[in-house]
Formats: sequence, C-alpha cells, structure tokens
Amino acid sequence: MTIDTIPTQITPATPDLSGMQLVYQAPEALADTQTHYCPGCTHGIIHRLIAEVIDELGVRERTIGVAPVGCAVFAYEYFNFDGTEAAHGRAPAMATGIKRVAPDKIVFTYQGDGDIASIGGNEILAACVRGEKITVIFVNNAVYGMTGGQMAPTTPPGMVTTSSPLGRDVELQGYPIHLTEMLAMMPGVAYAARRSMHSVAEIKRAKKSIRKAFEAQLQGLGLGIVEILSACPINWRLDPSNALDFIRHTMLPVYPLGEFKVHEALQKR
Amino acid sequence: MAVSGTVVIAVDRCKGCELCVHACPQHVLRLDEGYNARGYHPVVLDESEKHCTGCSICAIVCPDVVFTVYRQAPQKRARAA
Repeated sequence: MTIDTIPTQITPATPDLSGMQLVYQAPEALADTQTHYCPGCTHGIIHRLIAEVIDELGVRERTIGVAPVGCAVFAYEYFNFDGTEAAHGRAPAMATGIKRVAPDKIVFTYQGDGDIASIGGNEILAACVRGEKITVIFVNNAVYGMTGGQMAPTTPPGMVTTSSPLGRDVELQGYPIHLTEMLAMMPGVAYAARRSMHSVAEIKRAKKSIRKAFEAQLQGLGLGIVEILSACPINWRLDPSNALDFIRHTMLPVYPLGEFKVHEALQKR
Repeated sequence: MAVSGTVVIAVDRCKGCELCVHACPQHVLRLDEGYNARGYHPVVLDESEKHCTGCSICAIVCPDVVFTVYRQAPQKRARAA
C-alpha cells in the first residue's frame, strides 16, 4: 500500500440539531471510556442496560459492582460507580461480605458462565442458600471467551468449541447446566429470569428483568439473578449479526427464556 | 411529513460490528470507507435515500454506546403556543 492510497481518518459530522429534542444519550453510570470487548460482543449492551437501570433507580452513589474473572474482568473500569474484582468465581462471596458490612449499599456481581457455572458454582449456590440481598448478572455465551473458546458447562449439545472439536458429546461430556432454573427453586432467591440479547424486543425485556433484580435487593426480598444469553462472535467464528442468529437457532431451544421466579412484592407492579 | 430525527455518532467509540446497520428499520446506516482512530470502519449516517426517524433502535443494539439520538420536537405544540 502506497502512502497516497492510505485512507484518511474520518472526522465526525456535526448534524443540525436546531428544533431537535434529545431522545437517547449514554447513561451517567457508564464511564466514557472505550471497552476492550471484541466488535459485536454483547457485553457492552449488558453494561449499558445495568448503567441505565442504576440511573433510573437513582442509586449510582451507593452502588458497588463486583467484576468476575473472564472477558468482563475489567468491568469495574467501565462504570461510574465503585467496583472491585473477585477471585475466579468468588464474586458472590465478595458481594456477600460487602453487603453485610454495608447493608445500605447496592451490591451486584457481573459474572460470565465459566465464572458462575463452573468454578464458582458452589459460591453462587451458597449465596442463594443464605438468601443474600445481592443482584447477580449472569452472562451466558456458552464458551470460555477469554481463554480462547473452550467448552463451558453451558455449551449446548453438539456445539463445536476448541476443546470439543467434534461437538459436545453428551455421552462423554454431559449435558449443559441450567443454573438459573436450579437457583429459582431456592427460597432465598427473590427473582430469577433468563433473557437474551438477540433482538431489540429481548434487549428491552432484559432491561426490565435487570431492574426487577435490583428492586428485589432494594426491597430486601432476597437474591435477584438475571441470566442473559450473549453473543461471542469471535469464538463462535461468526460475524456479529450471524452470532445473534446462532443465539436464536442454537441456544434458545436449549435455554428457554422467561421469568422462573418472581417474588410477590415484585408482581404487583 | 414523517417524524424526523438524527443521530450523533461518537466515531472513535465505534468498532464497526454492523449490528446497528442490520437493525436500522430505515436502512440509513452504513460503514464508512475511512478509518477511525482505532483502525475500524466506523458507522455513518447516510440519508441519501431515506431519512432517520430518531427511533433509537441503533442506540439499543449498539454495544459501544456510539449513538446519541435526537428527534424533531412536536410541531403542533409549537403552533398552538
């Protein structure tokens, strides 16, 4: 490539905004920084939904987020509230400690499927058994994203990953874990739902579910968990829009969407 | 006249994932041929055929909070006042 064929860097256009009303802008709780996520990764959408909910509830000044190990390991860098980092899978334990020492704080964990369903399975079970008043955002993309797309406990049967090159064989590797349904059975859980990022309507429903999970904590009802089916275009070897189709056709039959448990106090709304 | 709106694009935040391009009901978004500071082809508003309505769908699907959405203020109220 010669010098004169290198395209020039584009400058942003400034449209005429006279007579225009602001309809949407970035939430205050979201930091004005670029994220490290791959193009088309829906982690960014989930971050934004959490930030919007926290702004709407007006609790930004007393929110503490707990980041996992995995792709979202730097999640605390992307919010305009306090955040910390837990050991792999131990975010519910750390959130328990923060919430018990400072009960007026709004504490949530942000965990991937490898973090919460594999190494941290016991931690989330124990937190639900104790009925901790925390909120858990569980991002399920069916693979270990950060380490290169290996098979996770949540990988659907038959799915090809770098550690299951012939597809997940249920005879050999077992069935995917349905963590949210499992946790919904526990009395300490006030709200449990599974949502997805594959369409505009589902993104809107996911926001409502995240809001209910935070309201469960605000009202002291118990633990609120929202599982969100998320795209991983890089490790699924798909472009971003086809990755959304993969959620639709491969993940939805395995992971039905919906609310599995809604506390009575949350149903009145 | 149909509802009109516009989007302000934070060019250097865009990673060129095209989720907004596929989601836009008016098909007024496309990727630019140039590059942004991070080396991606960023999204641009191309109103040569249709016009943006300010529906915010691009902002809902965008993983990188690239869009700020504006919509024309209601005309009827302006006349009544």
